[in-house]
Amino acid sequence: MPVLPDRVDRDAPEFAARRESLLELLEEHSRQLALANLGGGEKYVERHRKRGKLLARERIELLVDRDSAFLELSPLAAWGTSYTVGASVVTGIGVVEGTEVMVVAHDPTVRGGAVNPYGAKKQGRASQIAKENRLPVINLVESGGADLPTQSEIFIPGGAGFRDLTQKSAAAIPTISLVFGNSTAGGAYVPGMSDYVVMVEGRAKVFLGGPPLVKMATGEVADDEELGGAEMHARVSGLADYLAVDEVDAIRLGRQIIRRLNRGKLGPAPAASYSEPLYDAADLVGIVPTDLREPFDPHDVLARILDGSEFDEFKPLYGSSLVTGFGQLHGYPIGVLANARGVLFAEESEKAAQFIQLANQTDTPLLFLQNTTGYMVGKEYEQKGIIKAGALMINAVSNSDVPHLTLNMGASYGAGNYGMCGRAYDPRFLFTWPNAKSAVMGPAQLAGVLSIVARASAEAKGQPYDEAADAAMREMVENQIEAESKALFLTARVYDDGIIDPRDTRTVLGLALSVIHNTPIQGRRGFGVFRM
Amino acid sequence: MIRTLLVANRGEIARRVFRTARAMGIATVAVFSDADADMPFVRDADHAVRLPGNTPAETYLDGAAVIAAAAATGADAIHPGYGFLSENAAFAQAVADAGLTWVGPPPAAIESMGSKLESKRMMREAGVPTLPWAESVADAAEVGFPLLVKASAGGGGRGMRIVREAESLAEAVEGAEREAGSAFGDATVFLERYLDAPRHVEVQVFADTHGNVVSLFERECSIQRRHQKIVEEAPSPAVDDALRQEMGDAAVAAAKAVGYVGAGTVEFVLGPDGNYYFLEMNTRLQVEHPVTELITGLDLVRLQLVVAAGDPLPPEALAPVISGHAIEVRLYAEDVLNGFLPVTGRLSRFVVPDTVRVDSGVESGSVVSPYYDAMVAKVVAHAPSRAEAAAVLATALRRSHIHGLTTNRDLLVQILREPEFLAGGTDTAYLDRHDPAELGAPLLLAGGATAHAVAAALALQADRRDQAVVQQRIPSGWRNNPSTDQQLVLDAGNDDLRTVQYRFARDGELAVTVDGNPVDVVLHAVAGHVVDATINGVRRALRVIISADGATVYVDSPLGASSYRVVPRFPDPTDAIAAGSLVAPMPGAVVRVLVESGDSVAKGQPLVVLEAMKMEHTVASPTGGTVSDVRVTAGQQVDAGAVLVVVDESETAGNQAG
Repeated sequence: MPVLPDRVDRDAPEFAARRESLLELLEEHSRQLALANLGGGEKYVERHRKRGKLLARERIELLVDRDSAFLELSPLAAWGTSYTVGASVVTGIGVVEGTEVMVVAHDPTVRGGAVNPYGAKKQGRASQIAKENRLPVINLVESGGADLPTQSEIFIPGGAGFRDLTQKSAAAIPTISLVFGNSTAGGAYVPGMSDYVVMVEGRAKVFLGGPPLVKMATGEVADDEELGGAEMHARVSGLADYLAVDEVDAIRLGRQIIRRLNRGKLGPAPAASYSEPLYDAADLVGIVPTDLREPFDPHDVLARILDGSEFDEFKPLYGSSLVTGFGQLHGYPIGVLANARGVLFAEESEKAAQFIQLANQTDTPLLFLQNTTGYMVGKEYEQKGIIKAGALMINAVSNSDVPHLTLNMGASYGAGNYGMCGRAYDPRFLFTWPNAKSAVMGPAQLAGVLSIVARASAEAKGQPYDEAADAAMREMVENQIEAESKALFLTARVYDDGIIDPRDTRTVLGLALSVIHNTPIQGRRGFGVFRM
Repeated sequence: MIRTLLVANRGEIARRVFRTARAMGIATVAVFSDADADMPFVRDADHAVRLPGNTPAETYLDGAAVIAAAAATGADAIHPGYGFLSENAAFAQAVADAGLTWVGPPPAAIESMGSKLESKRMMREAGVPTLPWAESVADAAEVGFPLLVKASAGGGGRGMRIVREAESLAEAVEGAEREAGSAFGDATVFLERYLDAPRHVEVQVFADTHGNVVSLFERECSIQRRHQKIVEEAPSPAVDDALRQEMGDAAVAAAKAVGYVGAGTVEFVLGPDGNYYFLEMNTRLQVEHPVTELITGLDLVRLQLVVAAGDPLPPEALAPVISGHAIEVRLYAEDVLNGFLPVTGRLSRFVVPDTVRVDSGVESGSVVSPYYDAMVAKVVAHAPSRAEAAAVLATALRRSHIHGLTTNRDLLVQILREPEFLAGGTDTAYLDRHDPAELGAPLLLAGGATAHAVAAALALQADRRDQAVVQQRIPSGWRNNPSTDQQLVLDAGNDDLRTVQYRFARDGELAVTVDGNPVDVVLHAVAGHVVDATINGVRRALRVIISADGATVYVDSPLGASSYRVVPRFPDPTDAIAAGSLVAPMPGAVVRVLVESGDSVAKGQPLVVLEAMKMEHTVASPTGGTVSDVRVTAGQQVDAGAVLVVVDESETAGNQAG
């Protein structure tokens, strides 16, 4: 099998420079993760512990199998907003009793675990991943419900969360709620819509209306325990299926429930044995430039993430600014589409469309490695039908039925983002390297376009053009777009499933592949493959 | 000529005799109790006959059953081993009467020596030095204090009492009689002058039917706990050539005095002044015979069979020479730190390095039952010098894999390395001077506690990754957002807990703490049962065995041996059942009230039986505690939710029940 060569010069000054600048970005990323882990801050963490409670991540660590991996999703949601980074909820995929599950854990140290708009988005994304990949969902519930000042943004769309729970159940995707504390008002429907409910004695409070609201509504005087205590629900209302004596016991019960779900994976099993890549993944931080204008060869990335560094390239001589081919990753077969020199021409688009069809014929999942500035513009290309070519590729991506994984390695601009399976094209997972950017176009180009349009408008009105104002406007727009294109900005809005360290790429993709194989891998058939 | 030999014994001595018999072309027969049905000695034999029951009286002490087994298997000779019927003259006679060859001395010699009193009289007549003694309590003053109350028929320390002043004599005699009666069927006891801290030196003698009687030199067996020998050696560090000659002559004289034939041991006490006194003669093969075998190169069982067949002792036995030094230790399944309490259960792994001789009745997987002696094995080293033999034996013991049962291994290793022992300062008070609780403390070289806990954690981790059904080759414990490290709590015994926390970094590097203290660890490989790791700068292969249920981990390395119980992540749910009110679950009639106010009840104990819808429903106590109120009587009709009984939870009772 063709083995990719090691072409990286680790002694080159560019390697060191790239490495240094990427490590800087990773350090910032780590700092943000540390902030997210701090939840509501030391004071609230301390208060939470004093109540004898475990933190959200401690609950997760106890829930998942020892020494198994946990892939936290969207850990930096709400970064750079007025909300706490992480958005008061932890979501991620772990292994419980040998079963891959989606875990959704409220962080009660952040405003009592109240759900804000970013948290709602993050939970929605976790719910979507669980549904698409048939993952049982374990909710670790302790939330005061909607963050009331932002209720207008949450209340109406937030209802989807409860609908999703019961729709998952209808699709035989088990849903489990371990209730550690408050789960009130709308939040009461999380256990309410779950297949299995565990409540912690003396801690869980599940009711539609608490004592003050009940008093206001009906005049009845009742206490917390009578309205929604764990014991009441276990013995009287029947909402709790299991009464846990404490948090640890609740987690034990959660594991016990998963153990009996008889879950199997519907996709094919990975190869029983396979080789690791031949080259060190640590090189990746010296390969990837943080300046997006510098190109890099995706073969050097593939050589560090594919099993045995083996890659069977398809159509290597045609449309060479998009690399396509087949390989294997952590034992799973995979088809790769990787941008090589940024621009997508008609040839690349046709090649992509053909390759996507082939992968559908062989039920092979696809990996999109984005580093594109978009489809080529210009008279020649428009006249040759670049729109039709791009449409071909976007059509193929949109209607492909094999699971897609997307990694933004650098640039993801314009319609290139669509053709290379951006967020709107529903890849099963989308991860981003810390150096990556995404926008409708580059900041300088966007500012320049605005400037040209404004100048033309002034000229049409016969007005003089204020060059100083133009320069200021361009700088402002450029800065704004630059900021809004950044990986952190995008991840904050849950436009990806998280920023990952490039050195973890193989692990993250391996996890993602394992997860998507909970579903059958079935490509779209119908017409024969159109030769493009 | 013996063709088929039955061994009327069990365990290691049965295997020992079979080994020689096989080598001599003699077929072998085992007898076994129900508890021993799966023991290796049963499989070792060509034929095996079940002796129904478990107690010695029902099985190995039932002479008629043993002789019947010989008849059933066509055995023409019986070897009694040691203990059980080995010094039972009536049995020896019955064997002879059945036309079988008795591998042992003539019944008359057993009889004379079996009575300690009679033997002492005979010895005094034969000119062998004896200690003052008396047969009646009234004569205690003649003997003088301290004195020893001994069972006349006894052995192995049973029925013995040391009495230091007259006041406690009566009670000691009564206790010794009771113990002797139940152990030997003969309650006769006598009094004998007790030497404080003497040495226990015994001479191996051998006699044939051709008039040859020879001494095969002495053994020293002074290190004892509760009069049970645990370290034995030959030759004795306290015996020089002249004394050896003198004691050997005395022993030969003793044997001749009773017309002895076969293997026998004349026991002496040796005072610090070099004076020695006859104690008793054991008319059988001794447990500690291997040390004599190793220094003389003779096979004593073979000599027994030669003599029993009526042949003369071979020349090498008549002119024995001492070569080097041999030390034997008796490995017992016992809890040294808990007053040498015997331990029973499954020995999941038992492997001893081949630098030493192992005479063992068990192997990996054997069960040590409560019915018999808890000796697991005799481990014996032979080397040119005493110091070397001690070193070889200590190292072999330390590197042995002894899993599943607590043993006295650590105590034995510490003795073998202790300066006074190495200087030859052994006497019967050795373990009074060297507290076994201290000497027997779990033995690990410096850094061992940490290294072993780390190895256990890493092996468990590797095992879990190997057995993972999904994501098997994803890096162990991988996190994209690390918060808490992997944590494992190990119980080294008696709630000596070690908390190991670890995290693998992206490049495979490890961050490890044990009880919060950072440990520098580089993991090279975990392959099979071996953890190859550099821990705090030293690379070692640590062997880690995980029990089938994953609950116990054994670590053996050049640093020593550890066994850990893995503390479960989640406490046993039966310890944590939520308390509930004891109310009627549905309307019905009270059929029975099973408790009264003031009763203490265990968790789960039935309290009240109700009948409703033609079915009986039992209301059980949700917790251990005390019944403080019973509110219903039998026949009473109750509504759903009516309080039946009130139980006050008592924490201790609840915990005990759990």
